[in-house]
Amino acid sequence: MTTETAVRPRDAAEPGTPPPEKRGWTGLPALGFLAPFLILYLAFIIGPTIYGLVMSFFDTSLVKPGLSTFAGFGNYAEALQSGDFWSSLWHTLWFTILTTPPLIILAFVFALLADRAKHGRWFFRLAFFAPYILPSAVVALIWIFIYTPGLGLIEAGLLKIGITSPNWLGDPNWAMPSLAMTTIWWTLGFNFVLYLAGLQEIPRDLYEASSMDGATPWQQIRRITIPMLGRTTTLVAVLQVIASLKVFDQMYIMTSGGPNFATRSILQYVYDEGFTNFRVGYAAAVSMLFFLVVLAVSAVWFAIVRRQEREV
Amino acid sequence: MTDLAQRADFRIKLFNRICFGVLIAFALVWIVPLAWALDTALKPNAETTRTTWAIADPTVDAFGRMLRDTDILTWFGSSLFIATLSAAGTVLVASLAAFALSRMRFRYRNVVFWVVLAGIMIPGQVLIVPWFRQFDALGLLNTWWAVSLPQIPTAIAVFIFKQFFDGLPKELEEVARTDGASYLRIYGRIIMPLARPAVAAVAIFTFVQSWNDLLWPLLVLSNPDIMTIPVGLATVQGAFGIRYADTMASAILGAIPLVAVFLLFQRHIVEGIAGSGLKG
Repeated sequence: MTTETAVRPRDAAEPGTPPPEKRGWTGLPALGFLAPFLILYLAFIIGPTIYGLVMSFFDTSLVKPGLSTFAGFGNYAEALQSGDFWSSLWHTLWFTILTTPPLIILAFVFALLADRAKHGRWFFRLAFFAPYILPSAVVALIWIFIYTPGLGLIEAGLLKIGITSPNWLGDPNWAMPSLAMTTIWWTLGFNFVLYLAGLQEIPRDLYEASSMDGATPWQQIRRITIPMLGRTTTLVAVLQVIASLKVFDQMYIMTSGGPNFATRSILQYVYDEGFTNFRVGYAAAVSMLFFLVVLAVSAVWFAIVRRQEREV
Repeated sequence: MTDLAQRADFRIKLFNRICFGVLIAFALVWIVPLAWALDTALKPNAETTRTTWAIADPTVDAFGRMLRDTDILTWFGSSLFIATLSAAGTVLVASLAAFALSRMRFRYRNVVFWVVLAGIMIPGQVLIVPWFRQFDALGLLNTWWAVSLPQIPTAIAVFIFKQFFDGLPKELEEVARTDGASYLRIYGRIIMPLARPAVAAVAIFTFVQSWNDLLWPLLVLSNPDIMTIPVGLATVQGAFGIRYADTMASAILGAIPLVAVFLLFQRHIVEGIAGSGLKG
């Protein structure tokens, strides 16, 4: 124990300290522990990333072996000039804009309310979290039925109060909001649980002290709960934006990107170009452009977290 | 003064009541689609076009037909095998790597850690094109390996394990080490048994993610004999036509295993997130 405390600060202070091999901490066993992960990681994450980057500069075809002819930035130029690329990117962004605020705000409100509830917490956890674990195909099947004109649940409900509903998935203007609604129902549970976990971290005596000072519940929420959950909110927001940008399943099963390509996502564009038109080089270039968008979002998140940590 | 306190007390109670009412209302909204799907699955196909809730006369015919006429049981097996392999593989390789990063010292430890961390930012979905060619070249398309291998090296799992291991006191293994215990023994006998919440969180999330994944399995599994549940359901979706009871029965059958896992482990899921450092 004494050696431990003696060695640690020295390691931190001087990067040039001789490695601690002589005390039996050799690199070899560490490599043994790391090897299974690193081999798979290089083979299936790092390697393919580099391969995809290389491929994006070639006119690679799915049906022919090899990389085929060098295209330079041709694939990128083509993507950036393609109306289909921009519209699918816009659909993905539009979906992200429609889903992110409700998925943060509703998850926060539900978690706050469920945290206050004295009874039946298991029921609320079940109600809000259960949809999250359903496979997308199951969610899609249920909601296609709910949106079906003539017999869907929503139409029946709205008719009772005298409102005629639009053709949810069939109308190009309504298709995306309908998919967003389904997604909010489906994935809210994950954010809800993150907020529940965050709420448990807030010290109870903060509330007790403030209620002694006569603070109303509403003031407590505004002055204590919301500020204390700042970091959780940052995390929820970035995870949500990244998850929403990666949307594919709902569109693929519920609308196949239609009507009239109104809901084709960027990943479905990659899928269509690569695996229907066999242009995998071009699809790889589109993937890389999409990756840049995700990286930009991650970078913004990283910057915000750094700032929050400095403030604390 | 007591009057004032009573009024404040009353207002807080009223506030809590309203909150509870709002929460119940939303919880019901969230339950209705599931209840409706179940209700529909319990009707004969011919009755599903009536928008009544009556299940006075429930029938499980639709479930029977799905089990008999589709390959859903095969898909179950396929999903179960792939998700179990992915979850077990991820827990094993990620915890071993995290053990090295957290409890061992070696040169370039920080470099390795940053390389792993960088992987969190690479979305698997952008890798589908290279993966496809890779598995095509290996001759592994239409195999379980093609689906589960790429899911095993999950950077976020290493991160979760490392966070958890870092929180365990160093003194734990000091004694074992002076007794001459090997690293493998310290990992297997001391650290891992203590890391149950992290194991549960990583295992559950990997399992759920693998079970629900659609895009990649859809690309590599075209043989109905080894399709996973999401791929199978997505493929036959159009084939049922207006047989809504059958469709809903298949949806419910596809959801049952995960709902069971959730009901068994729901406390661990919340605890796992709370203890994993994922909450921010």
